[in-house]
Amino acid sequence: MRQMFDSTVERLFADLTSPAAVLACEDGPWPQAMWTAVEESGFPLALAPEALGGAGASWADVCGVIRLAGRFNLPLPLPEAMLANWLLGAAGLAPASGAVSVAGAGALRLRDGVVSGEALDVPWGDAVPLVVAVAGGAEPAVVLLPTGAARRRDGANVAAESRATLLFEDVAPVAQAPLPAGWPVDVLLLGGAMVRAAQIAGALEGVLALATAYAGERVQFGKPIGSFQAIQHQVAVLAEHAAAAVMASEAAFAAADTRIVRLQAIAAKICASEAAGIGAGVAHAVHGAIGFTHEHSLHLSTRRLWSWRSEFGSASAWSQRLGRAVCAAGPEGFWPGVTDGRFDTLQEQSA
Amino acid sequence: MSIDQFTYSPIPPEAEAIRAEVRGFLADALADVPPTRRAESWMGFDARFSRRLGERGWIGMALPKRYGGAEASAFSRYVVIEELLAAGAPVSAHWFADRQSGPQILHYGSDAQKDFHLPAICRGEQFFCIGMSEPNSGSDLASIKSSARRAGDKWIVNGQKVWTTNAHRSHYMIALLRTDPDSRRNEGLSQFIVDLSLPGITIRPIKDLTGASHFNEVFFDDVALDAGALVGTEGQGWAQVTAELAFERSGPERFLSSITLLQSLLGAIGADPDALQARDIGRLTARLVTLRQMSLAVTAQLAAGRNPAWEASVVKELGTSFEQEIPELAEALLDVAPATRGGGEHARVLAYLMQEAPSFSLRGGTREILRGIIARGLGMR
Repeated sequence: MRQMFDSTVERLFADLTSPAAVLACEDGPWPQAMWTAVEESGFPLALAPEALGGAGASWADVCGVIRLAGRFNLPLPLPEAMLANWLLGAAGLAPASGAVSVAGAGALRLRDGVVSGEALDVPWGDAVPLVVAVAGGAEPAVVLLPTGAARRRDGANVAAESRATLLFEDVAPVAQAPLPAGWPVDVLLLGGAMVRAAQIAGALEGVLALATAYAGERVQFGKPIGSFQAIQHQVAVLAEHAAAAVMASEAAFAAADTRIVRLQAIAAKICASEAAGIGAGVAHAVHGAIGFTHEHSLHLSTRRLWSWRSEFGSASAWSQRLGRAVCAAGPEGFWPGVTDGRFDTLQEQSA
Repeated sequence: MSIDQFTYSPIPPEAEAIRAEVRGFLADALADVPPTRRAESWMGFDARFSRRLGERGWIGMALPKRYGGAEASAFSRYVVIEELLAAGAPVSAHWFADRQSGPQILHYGSDAQKDFHLPAICRGEQFFCIGMSEPNSGSDLASIKSSARRAGDKWIVNGQKVWTTNAHRSHYMIALLRTDPDSRRNEGLSQFIVDLSLPGITIRPIKDLTGASHFNEVFFDDVALDAGALVGTEGQGWAQVTAELAFERSGPERFLSSITLLQSLLGAIGADPDALQARDIGRLTARLVTLRQMSLAVTAQLAAGRNPAWEASVVKELGTSFEQEIPELAEALLDVAPATRGGGEHARVLAYLMQEAPSFSLRGGTREILRGIIARGLGMR
């Protein structure tokens, strides 16, 4: 399944995401034709159960899809839609039809059948008709909300991808179900961190390919700059961190079964976010002034790296949570925590 | 792309099952070993401890049963060695034989070499050192000059090795020697098993900056080796050595060398860290979790008979950076001065690992050599 998915999306994304097409989406209108092509591929529903009309794929099956979305700068909330439909499916709800995003941060409450509160920085929140969130309350619930019923404060990340804050006031969900028993209320923040890690890994693979190719072509002092050891070593550092981001996200996706494994997902986001800054820095250094121009496509990836590393929890934010749990486990609990893949106090965020 | 070789390779349940037993054994065997000694990590030497591990079948585990091994999977071995390292067990007596010499002899050795050496390695009774570096060769391994020339049915060895860890406490060295005097660079090299008790061998320990003696100068003055000392094929030493280096560069010893200090730091910080402490401890933990997955991915490649030289270099480069960062962060996160005498236990562990850390990115291939290998793998050289 993995290989078939990877080769299918690679062809699809290569067709859809020319630099000009990606650039046209920045601060531009919602690219309906592009979304339709992706929707027809079925991938937004990949993680929804077959019984509810999805493909019943596992997280392990789709890590490559999300890496490729990152590599091709796909200017659509496909990873968000996959995460949204996965959670709806886990709660026993049918997947959303059409474009859907997720609310990873904010505070929503469900009371008397209506939702109130804020959903912060919803990817493409200005364009998608629906958003999936977890609403707190006496019993936390998975809710599918109509974005049209919210007041909106528009925003955008460094790659000019829409990040809108949605204010709901007594809005009736399109669908709702209790959050599965024992599931953390921050599941969308965690899941978002995990998918962003894989997108970063893919984008780093992309900038690594650009940097090695450019270093082989660009001649200075009479030879390609890639023949200088100083450049080789910089690119090697980029490759190491790209490899770490790939491994960390592959491990997080593979370990995620019905549940996301918290330590793996957090480790992936921390390592990928750290790699993003290092990798973008090296790629720009290697490309010199030309890579700093609007005309060159390098910035399509580097501006996303700088954006995605901060979204769904920055490296510092997750590191602090993890570090507090590690300190609570103490010196005796440290190594067992690493090998078991968990630290007991690495708890979900309270509702 | 080589990055794609970093695939998720979890430890299988049957290998994981051995962990509790190893942990239990170590808790008991190392109960009286203080953190300052555990901090030596895989450079700690205790021949008696190695024999105890041998009795339990935890040395040469992946070797065939007919040679005294357990025919265990590479992952079972991985679990044992990472538990040993995390506990700061003194493993260096048998370490090089378990990691490199044993697999090397199994792969390239003659039947006589396998029969003689492998069972004794598995019992924890035969210790090996690795004779690669020479004066003035350093990172430029292909420039080595020490030679073995044929004389009748003997090989006569002359020259000098240096930075040879544990030569003064080992029984044998696997040496890389030039067998074709007219050869250049990486051609005409061969590997030999050198019995270190032979006449003509002088071993002189070199004190390191902590005052300890782990590595040595080894001089060969007309040392006569039997024909049977040659390992593998004459002239193929370079290919054999580079295959061996993937074993040397990807294991958990390439990121766990400072783990005692990290544990000691957690104790000193306590259960309620400030924001900066929490952030850096969390970041280190995330990196450790990831390095471990990377190392396991290389283990899976090695177990499948591949030569993941590129991937192993990536693991070692990131791994030693991680090991070296721990003393730096320990110094930054707590206002505790390192102490070689007096002070608290944490201060002494910090002092030791701070001084030891520069060696992490020297031993087993320098940072610059590894980055060169990585760049070559990217098609840049």
